[in-house]
Amino acid sequence: MIVSELQLALPEIFIAAMACVVLIADLFVSDERRGLTHSLALLVLAFAGIITLRLMMPVGETVTAFSETFVRDRFGDILKLFAYLVLIGVFVYAKHFLRMAGLYKGEFYSLSLFALLGVMIMISASSLLTVYLGLELLALSSYALVALNRDSARGAEAAMKYFILGSLASGILLFGMSLIYGATGSLALSEIAGALGQAASGDALLAFGLVFLVVGIAFKLGAVPFHMWLPDVYHGAPVAVTLLIASLPKIGYLALAIRLLADGMGPMHEDWQAMLAVLAALSLVLGNVVAIAQSNIKRMLAYSTISHVGFILLGLLAASPAGYAAATFYTLVYALMSAGAFAMIILLSANGIEAENLDDFKGLNARSPWFALMMLMLMFSLAGIPVFVGFFAKWQVIAAAIDAGFTGLAILAVVTAVIGAFYYLRVVKLMYFDEPENTTPVTAPFDFQTVLSINGLAMLGLGLFSGGLISLCISAFS
Amino acid sequence: MDIKTILLLIPLLPLIGSAIAGLLRHPIGRSGAHTVTILAVASSFGLSAWVAWQVFMTDWEVLNYTVYKWAVVDGIELEVGFLIDSLTALMMVVVTFVSFMVHVYTIGYMKDDPGYQRFFAYINLFTFAMLMLVMANNFLQLFFGWEAVGLVSYLLIGFWFKKESAVRANLKAFLVNRGGDFGLLLGVAAVLMYMGSLDYAEVFAAAPTVAGQTMTVFGGVEWSVMTFICICLFIGAMGKSAQVPLHVWLPDSMEGPTPISALIHAATMVTAGIFMVARLSPMYELSTTALSFILIIGAITALFMGLIGIVQNDIKRVVAYSTLSQLGYMTVALGASAYSVAIFHLMTHAFFKALLFLAAGSVIIAMHHKQDMREMGGLGRIMPITAVTAWVGSLALIGFPFFSGFFSKDIIIESVKQIDRTGASFAVFAVYAGVVVTALYTFRMLYLTFHGKPRADEEMLSHAHESPWVVTLPLVLLAIPSLLVGYFTVEPLLFGGALSDAIYIDPANDPVAAVGSHFHGPAAFALHGFVTPVFWLAMLGVGLSTWIYLFQPSVAENVKRRFHWLWTVLDRKYGFDEFYQNIVTGGGLKLAGFLSRRGDRMIIDGWIVHGSARLVGAVAARVRGVQTGFLYHYAFAMIIGLVALVFAFVLLKG
Repeated sequence: MIVSELQLALPEIFIAAMACVVLIADLFVSDERRGLTHSLALLVLAFAGIITLRLMMPVGETVTAFSETFVRDRFGDILKLFAYLVLIGVFVYAKHFLRMAGLYKGEFYSLSLFALLGVMIMISASSLLTVYLGLELLALSSYALVALNRDSARGAEAAMKYFILGSLASGILLFGMSLIYGATGSLALSEIAGALGQAASGDALLAFGLVFLVVGIAFKLGAVPFHMWLPDVYHGAPVAVTLLIASLPKIGYLALAIRLLADGMGPMHEDWQAMLAVLAALSLVLGNVVAIAQSNIKRMLAYSTISHVGFILLGLLAASPAGYAAATFYTLVYALMSAGAFAMIILLSANGIEAENLDDFKGLNARSPWFALMMLMLMFSLAGIPVFVGFFAKWQVIAAAIDAGFTGLAILAVVTAVIGAFYYLRVVKLMYFDEPENTTPVTAPFDFQTVLSINGLAMLGLGLFSGGLISLCISAFS
Repeated sequence: MDIKTILLLIPLLPLIGSAIAGLLRHPIGRSGAHTVTILAVASSFGLSAWVAWQVFMTDWEVLNYTVYKWAVVDGIELEVGFLIDSLTALMMVVVTFVSFMVHVYTIGYMKDDPGYQRFFAYINLFTFAMLMLVMANNFLQLFFGWEAVGLVSYLLIGFWFKKESAVRANLKAFLVNRGGDFGLLLGVAAVLMYMGSLDYAEVFAAAPTVAGQTMTVFGGVEWSVMTFICICLFIGAMGKSAQVPLHVWLPDSMEGPTPISALIHAATMVTAGIFMVARLSPMYELSTTALSFILIIGAITALFMGLIGIVQNDIKRVVAYSTLSQLGYMTVALGASAYSVAIFHLMTHAFFKALLFLAAGSVIIAMHHKQDMREMGGLGRIMPITAVTAWVGSLALIGFPFFSGFFSKDIIIESVKQIDRTGASFAVFAVYAGVVVTALYTFRMLYLTFHGKPRADEEMLSHAHESPWVVTLPLVLLAIPSLLVGYFTVEPLLFGGALSDAIYIDPANDPVAAVGSHFHGPAAFALHGFVTPVFWLAMLGVGLSTWIYLFQPSVAENVKRRFHWLWTVLDRKYGFDEFYQNIVTGGGLKLAGFLSRRGDRMIIDGWIVHGSARLVGAVAARVRGVQTGFLYHYAFAMIIGLVALVFAFVLLKG
């Protein structure tokens, strides 16, 4: 192990070290001065951003380290930068809620940073072992975060379900990995791909392993029928944690899917394309239809997530650079949109009681026209209404799917998106056309308002100038 | 400054002014609004005048360039571009000058109106849109300007939106113009389809190759492509320039404030159709059928709309019908291939008709917003400046020699006599008869308003006084060109070839050149004007009206009683409104009602929209039940999914 290899992993090493520092430093911070931990965590993310930017890989260049278990490429760097950005937003949003709910503890920050580390390891994984390492680090941190409010029965139930089902999924994934290892004799993804290229097609062992891998990925992403944990966990976790697990891990899971399927199982793409097509179709239909029946906005957004996962799969299953770029673009945009939407729930929560019912949004325009407008932009973007960035994300993945020959699936995606528009627009209708049930003014700290405003306006700004982000995503795969 | 920068500033300044006056209402206040907008339009006028100087007085190369490429769709370039030649330069000066005068005038006319800033924002916006229209170098931008001026016109007719009649009038203008715009859009689409471009220069270059082609419109009937395109485009012009039968909106548009009647519904916007046909002269010259159509429509409008003017009692409506009639004259000139004469009349008309409207507005101010001429009379002594300028405008309108209207109208009549195509003899009759009619209604208006015994009550008269300088100054400034512009520009514009870089006339059939061969300078032409039949016809109209309205008012009543049927026909405006109201609108409503009940509410709403929504809702409620909350159900679902995938992709594939 030489220094240059360590340097390649510098962002991960920095985050790992600083997560420990935050954990220990927080022990010496009194409850009143928890702001120090918060600021330190933000500073860590900012520094990690600077380090990653300085070491950014040029287009098309890939370097591996630590016996081909770790990979640095442009794709990974872009995802990591967005992961920092999303987590900064999450910290600012979460602080406001955690203070109100009496959950303002240092654990949130250290667990979140460990989750980020898991995401980063997954992003940079080039061997089945590293993939699994990152995945479990993220999963374990998430389980603990869901149970952050120890006194809440609902939270404990959600964490328990998440843990058990997650373990089951991990077991399935691990089983798939072992089958692949058995068939190819290697753990490194590039070697697996090489071995697959020479293997006889229709090898049952490989196909078996692939199904298990796909199921593992589908569970993590929340694709139907492996989605059932998702509404309960979103609903049961404190909204600050829901906010985190709805945004940050999606970036990691996208990397997981692309690393495993595209980098590792690339030669078998015809098989996994068909599997993903089934999962995507089910997710699109079920997510959008069932979301309509929800009266709880956290559950509604959970089903909305399922439908968006369908769209991300649509990009992945194109199995082309354009498709991966579209899926990446979609995931990054989705992370921003869902962070903003959950932040709106925090904004409306008073005294630590979550504003989780749709009715809480009634008449928001009368209470706070500005934030009603921000929510409108977020909802329009989630619904995929043109000009807003969500439209371009949908457009890109659908175009990629059509280019790959999945026309029927693309039509299904459009139809379900129309059905889905209903429940997003219902929120807009509640905000603008209904009388408020609660007329107290909407208040939030300055930093929270600023970040939320930027987040909302970004839906429009990124939509108007979508070219930059799209070409960034395309550069990751060229 | 770069010439292109200047050209860009000319339309942009009013746009910026409009944005400032419209969006920053409170910070800038009332005086701020008029200062900003007037500065914008005045600078725009100054720059336009400079450009016109360059175009007409120096060795100017026609400037045709793209300002901004908006999009390329399937090889078709959608651009914002400017084409600066003599025609554009002339229109720019006319538009900005009249607009400038109207801006100043508005300060006085709208003094107490609560919508003061809004009004200035609108007229500045209008100036922008009109400039974009005349400066366009392609059909798309023409269409943009066309719709934008239509929009502002709509907003301004309904400016007093609490007034029922104003709202009806703007809706009417909007709907009737939709009819015309549909034709325009079809024409533009046909241009794109057959010539593959929207750029004027490219289309003109391609036009001769298309001229011989035919197309099938409705089963079996073969049309010349060029005739189809030209007539479709002209239908657009008929809407915007208020030609029979799409004229019905213009008289009603007088519900708007008077300054915009002058600016939009007399001087500039309504002449957009005339401008367009002149601009597209290389295409129209290829279709004599279309030109005959134009000639006949114009002749009908010129004569029959003038006749209605005789029976109107509202001072603004008289001027409005006069505008219709004069637009008819311009259209006749277009139909006679005398495009440059049409543009010349457009210019002189812009000045004297804006003047007449603003003078009418000045009278209306004095009468506290009463517009009925039967309650006026004898105002000449009270408001001398208004009266004198109104006389100048009226003499120009009836074509009295040396006044600007004389040159343009006389040459229209002379040109029509030169032409030999279907409808020409009817057109000659109409323009001659129109001269009598014009003189009759014009002097009737002058006498009823400014002369004779005052018919207003004492109190009204004691308050009536001459308007403030912001009102009279534009009158005077418009009276000068109404008097002089014809004399000084007739020779260079029509016979000196100043417009030849923009207008194409088939040399084998050029009425203007034929008239020009008898033209020996404006003074000689005007002096000769005293001995032509046209002059004596005008004098006949003037004499009739002097006798009736100044000396024997009872004659008017007698004639009205004796020829009551005729009076009724004119008063009903030939029943166009009833026709549209009962047949077109009524029939449309019946059809719409049927489609709404059967098609929309039953099939689309009932079955498709609500039906599908109910279906989705029911499915959602059902599927929601699967989410039981029990962990083993969830795990079971996962295992089922796994097994199903294994079956489908491993075992079945073998």
